[in-house]
Amino acid sequence: MNLTLKIWRQPDASSAGAMHTYELSDVSPDMSFLEMLDVLNEQLNEKGEEPIAFDSDCREGICGTCGLMINGDAHGPEVTTTCQLHMRSFKDGETITIEPWRSDAFPVVKDLIVDRSAFDRIIQQGGYISVNTGSAPEAHSVPVPRDDALRAFNVATCIGCGACVAACPNGSASLFMGAKITHLGELPQGQPERDTRVVNMVAQHDHEGFGGCTNIGACTAACPKEIPLDVISQLNKDLRTAIKHGH
Amino acid sequence: MTGARAARTTIALKLGMAVSGFIFLGFVLAHMYGNLKAFAGQEAFNEYAHHLRELGEPMLPHEGALWIIRLGLILSLVVHVACAVALWRRAARARTTRYVVKKNTGVTRASLMMRWGGVTIFVFLVWHLLNFTIGKVNPQGGATDDPYLLMVDTFEVWWMTVIYLVAMLALGAHLHHGIWSAAQTLGWTGTAAKRQRAKTFGFVVALIVSVGFSLVPLAVLAGIITK
Amino acid sequence: MSHDSHDMDMPDTVTSTEASASGSLDGDYDDAAGYYTPGAPLFDTKAPDVPIAERWQTRKFEARLVNPANRRKLSIIIVGTGLAGASAAATLGEAGYRVKSFCYQDSPRRAHSIAAQGGINAAKNYKEDGDSVHRLFYDTVKGGDYRSRESNVYRLAEVSTNIIDQCVAQGVPFAREYGGLLDNRSFGGVQVSRTFYARGQTGQQLLIGAYQALERQVAAGTVETFTRHEMLELITVDGKARGIVARDMVTGAIETHLADVVVLASGGYGNVFYLSTNAMGCNVTAAWRAHRKGAFMANPCYTQIHPTCIPVSGSHQSKLTLMSESLRNDGRIWVPKNQADCDKDPREIPEEDRDYYLERIYPSFGNLVPRDIASRAAKNVCDEGRGVGPEVDGVRRGVYLDFSAAIERLGKKGITEKYDNLFDMYERITGENPFEVPMRIYPAVHYVMGGLWVDYDLQSTIPGLFVTGEANFSDHGANRLGASALMQGLADGYFVLPHTIRDYLADGPFEEITEDHPAVVEARESVKSRIDHFLSVNGTRSVDSYHRELGNIMWEYCGMERTETGLKKAIDLIRSLKDDFYRNVKVLGSAETLNQSLEKAGRVADFFELGELMCIDALNRRESCGGHFRGESQTEDGEALRHDDEYAYVAAWEWAGEDSIPVLHKEDLVYTAIEMKQRSYK
Ligand SMILES: Cc1cc2nc3c(=O)[nH]c(=O)nc-3n(C[C@H](O)[C@H](O)[C@H](O)COP(=O)(O)OP(=O)(O)OC[C@H]3O[C@@H](n4cnc5c(N)ncnc54)[C@H](O)[C@@H]3O)c2cc1C
Ligand code: HEM
Ligand code: SF4
Ligand code: FES
Repeated sequence: MNLTLKIWRQPDASSAGAMHTYELSDVSPDMSFLEMLDVLNEQLNEKGEEPIAFDSDCREGICGTCGLMINGDAHGPEVTTTCQLHMRSFKDGETITIEPWRSDAFPVVKDLIVDRSAFDRIIQQGGYISVNTGSAPEAHSVPVPRDDALRAFNVATCIGCGACVAACPNGSASLFMGAKITHLGELPQGQPERDTRVVNMVAQHDHEGFGGCTNIGACTAACPKEIPLDVISQLNKDLRTAIKHGH
Repeated sequence: MTGARAARTTIALKLGMAVSGFIFLGFVLAHMYGNLKAFAGQEAFNEYAHHLRELGEPMLPHEGALWIIRLGLILSLVVHVACAVALWRRAARARTTRYVVKKNTGVTRASLMMRWGGVTIFVFLVWHLLNFTIGKVNPQGGATDDPYLLMVDTFEVWWMTVIYLVAMLALGAHLHHGIWSAAQTLGWTGTAAKRQRAKTFGFVVALIVSVGFSLVPLAVLAGIITK
Repeated sequence: MSHDSHDMDMPDTVTSTEASASGSLDGDYDDAAGYYTPGAPLFDTKAPDVPIAERWQTRKFEARLVNPANRRKLSIIIVGTGLAGASAAATLGEAGYRVKSFCYQDSPRRAHSIAAQGGINAAKNYKEDGDSVHRLFYDTVKGGDYRSRESNVYRLAEVSTNIIDQCVAQGVPFAREYGGLLDNRSFGGVQVSRTFYARGQTGQQLLIGAYQALERQVAAGTVETFTRHEMLELITVDGKARGIVARDMVTGAIETHLADVVVLASGGYGNVFYLSTNAMGCNVTAAWRAHRKGAFMANPCYTQIHPTCIPVSGSHQSKLTLMSESLRNDGRIWVPKNQADCDKDPREIPEEDRDYYLERIYPSFGNLVPRDIASRAAKNVCDEGRGVGPEVDGVRRGVYLDFSAAIERLGKKGITEKYDNLFDMYERITGENPFEVPMRIYPAVHYVMGGLWVDYDLQSTIPGLFVTGEANFSDHGANRLGASALMQGLADGYFVLPHTIRDYLADGPFEEITEDHPAVVEARESVKSRIDHFLSVNGTRSVDSYHRELGNIMWEYCGMERTETGLKKAIDLIRSLKDDFYRNVKVLGSAETLNQSLEKAGRVADFFELGELMCIDALNRRESCGGHFRGESQTEDGEALRHDDEYAYVAAWEWAGEDSIPVLHKEDLVYTAIEMKQRSYK
């Protein structure tokens, strides 16, 4: 298949960027989206034009490194990561617009690559259970109801890709944060720090410049791991409880 | 002080919106009930309007309860609008470079209209108060001291009814998203089933409110309610 | 059986016969003569000379302590934030040392450990099915085909139980039973259920636990993270590791980071094959740079190849995806009998024209033969021209894994329950519905057992350089059991290294080194000149094209089956390709910005040198053991034949300089707690 690609190019964080148009022919529908870009990059390299920078690592949908805005959808038209998207989801002759995640908390580093370290800083503010190595009690000393463990697992599958932020009209990271709050809050081990965790994480989230959530739901629709909106309800509830407890 | 820390978050802003929004909702439902009295005739309608002013007497002075309600509503409005503006500004700052192409997959139109819809309601509110409460403008130049007559005179003018209906559409959309959103903000929708219930509830209430309010002006225009 | 255990090993079809059955070489072979120089034997001097069960306790006691007040003054660099690196950084930060943690990804949470699927072993014996530390030890040594060091393996089994406690306390959401206790499954061809898992995402959940512990230390100020930083050189001063040179991958700045001790937890080098189940960025650079500075590289040829991966779909292929081996429990593997049928719709090929080759060649085990046998058999039929699927570079590399019989037996619903997400994943990647068309599979490189040589303390041959996780060689011998790499990474990082490293640090405070020390300047300048070279060649071929070609050579000659002629040919091919690379590679852009071609160029350059050493190592080891199969060393029916009398040693290679051949040091493997046996799949 033949494609017209409109791609954001930006030399570095401080320079201005613009959309560039490329034509690519003989694309196989079996290629992954990123392999399609690999092929384009080979051709650019051949022509003496610097290849387009984009992020990826595992290319199997688990590390969360990849992430492109494809025709206005975070990670493209399927519910999966960009690296697991295949060209058979597109039509011959189609024009595909490719942009980086847009969020002022995720500044563009180069071309399609953004800086998501804000997520790490949110985790630093309480996205953990404080337990020093070696001080843990025997694993079976605290049984965890199976359903709680299951819910914790389901939301702990978040890969930190940032698609939720990219898709959100408010640029909020509430789905990401809610997933962590719910994961740890669902387990007995997570209880002691529950109030401080939510307050500090939300404060950091706001400090990073993410927007506030208005429950639009674009995040969950874009999330490759299908993290449900329940986690935002949980996040709100935990914060409300923390206020009640005087935090 | 940590207390201030939690209360300064965007989630606290949202809690403010949810609570004030629910206060509005209570008012709107009561108001709608009152409006529907128009179908019971001039007397019942005016009796209701009058009764509102006597509410709480003699414990409270004349119009005392009404003023308490009004103050509560004004306060809610201030909170609601202030929080809305704060969140709006944050959202604008959170994405200063826009997408060239952006779809809103999996999103309701109502949820995207909250802000401009809110502004529409606000503008309507001002107009509405001028029309019926503060300014008491009768577009047909008739009586302004009889609530029932003022209402009928107003809605007999087609474009007044249209303005009103548009506002009710905006209100309906606002509540369609707003009610479920408030439930979510308050943390009541922790499972998929609860979320679905809140959404359905929001939709039904929104429908009741917008249809409920629209019935009276439509009935006036259709000549069912007359002087 | 659970369906989402992607990394499920096959039931153990291995029985054991006495060691005497092991073959003996009937001549003195030295296949690699001329490719290496013999060196002095090598010994592990750190494991205490006490019965195996007491070694670790003794070592922990003997390792000197560092006064808490002094820890703040001691600095540690840790390269890598996978299970091995993140767990070590968190633990050493908690202890109060000053830690700098590096990774090339944009967040520590994205290290490749995140991709591990199946589970993690631990000798908890929660099922009361006869498991014990000793049994886990035994299974691991046996699984490694008696090519691992027993002291290390025993310790691994010993600390495995602590790992589970630690992870549960961190909030790792392992699968649980209705009673609220942890669930286990049987895994890796063993008869006990000792594998803990979190659906098919165990690696992810464990890594996130370690990452969170790491970020907690970042907030506490003990650990500083350097993301998007690539280590490009090791700094040694007076023979000791004292720091690294790293490139800030965003600004291009060449940075010098000095410390009292350096830990490499930089993962495996499977990407030398270009196509593997590893992440795109996995590389050998950190380890290889250390190797060039004096760290020995042990058993580099030991590679694990997984038989059930999704085949290559075209020359654009950038990586391969693992599918659970458990699929072989219900699927039947076949190819057409006639080459002419290879491009037909498989459903139209009648039963009598199908060759269920595993069932035919190995009637007793059929589709359940061990990994390496299944892999080699698939390669053989494809080499015969009977492979299926798209033709890539003139060959069809794929065999059918057919579920039609199983679908008839269990119904579509039964299959869905068992393999649901695997069928989905397969369909997403290939666009084919495996309920209708047979799946296609092909083997792929999955894990490397080889790595930098370390002693019992996990210290390399360079004092002050410690190596943990997949980057070292120590625990898996010639073959790794499923669910044991995660165990090793966390054992090293949480429970072993923090104890052994203190013995080294107790010598502190160390001499102050400054950035203008000649050795530091030299390291930095060498990095700069390498980068300048890549950017100045301005040849005609992209880095990727070289990498792909190198991968083809490695796969062809140093993959599932290795022979003397093939390996020698490969060495020649690699040498000339490497020459061409340095003269003709095309790297655009500048050194001062993010430049992915430049990053890749450095990695591929090191892969060339590693690839050559892997071939030399494979050439030297004229025996078949674990993941290493030498065509010259097999029984009549193609079974791997080990030669314990000749090769019961660790081959530790020393870098002898750019224009010299490597030096081979042998560490003899002595088993005191276990008896060597030859495997037989019959
Ligand atoms: C698909 C797949 C499935 C698997 N399933 C299982 C399983 O079920 N059970 C099991 O036990 N094992 C499994 N394994 C193996 C296991 O996942 C790995 O062996 C293990 O996670 C390696 O951990 P590590 O910490 O040593 O390295 P990694 O997790 O690979 O981390 C390497 C780190 O080093 C950093 N790094 C590398 N080079 C540099 C450099 N030059 N400069 C700076 N930083 C650098 C990287 O950024 C990264 O942080 C699987 C492997 C794969 C590929
Ligand atoms: C009768 C009048 C009104 C009612 C009943 C009402 C009700 C609500 C409710 C229940 C919410 C949901 C709060 C939450 O999500 O937690 C909401 C949200 C909102 N309202 Fe109103 N509101 C009214 C008027 C207004 C006005 C006048 C404005 C204008 C400025 C406005 C702007 C908004 C905005 C911007 C939101 C945010 C969207 C969101 O949070 O989901 N509203 N409203
Ligand atoms: S919640 Fe979903 S979209 Fe957001 S970071 Fe996690 S996986 Fe990505
Ligand atoms: S590259 Fe890892 S999720 Fe896409």
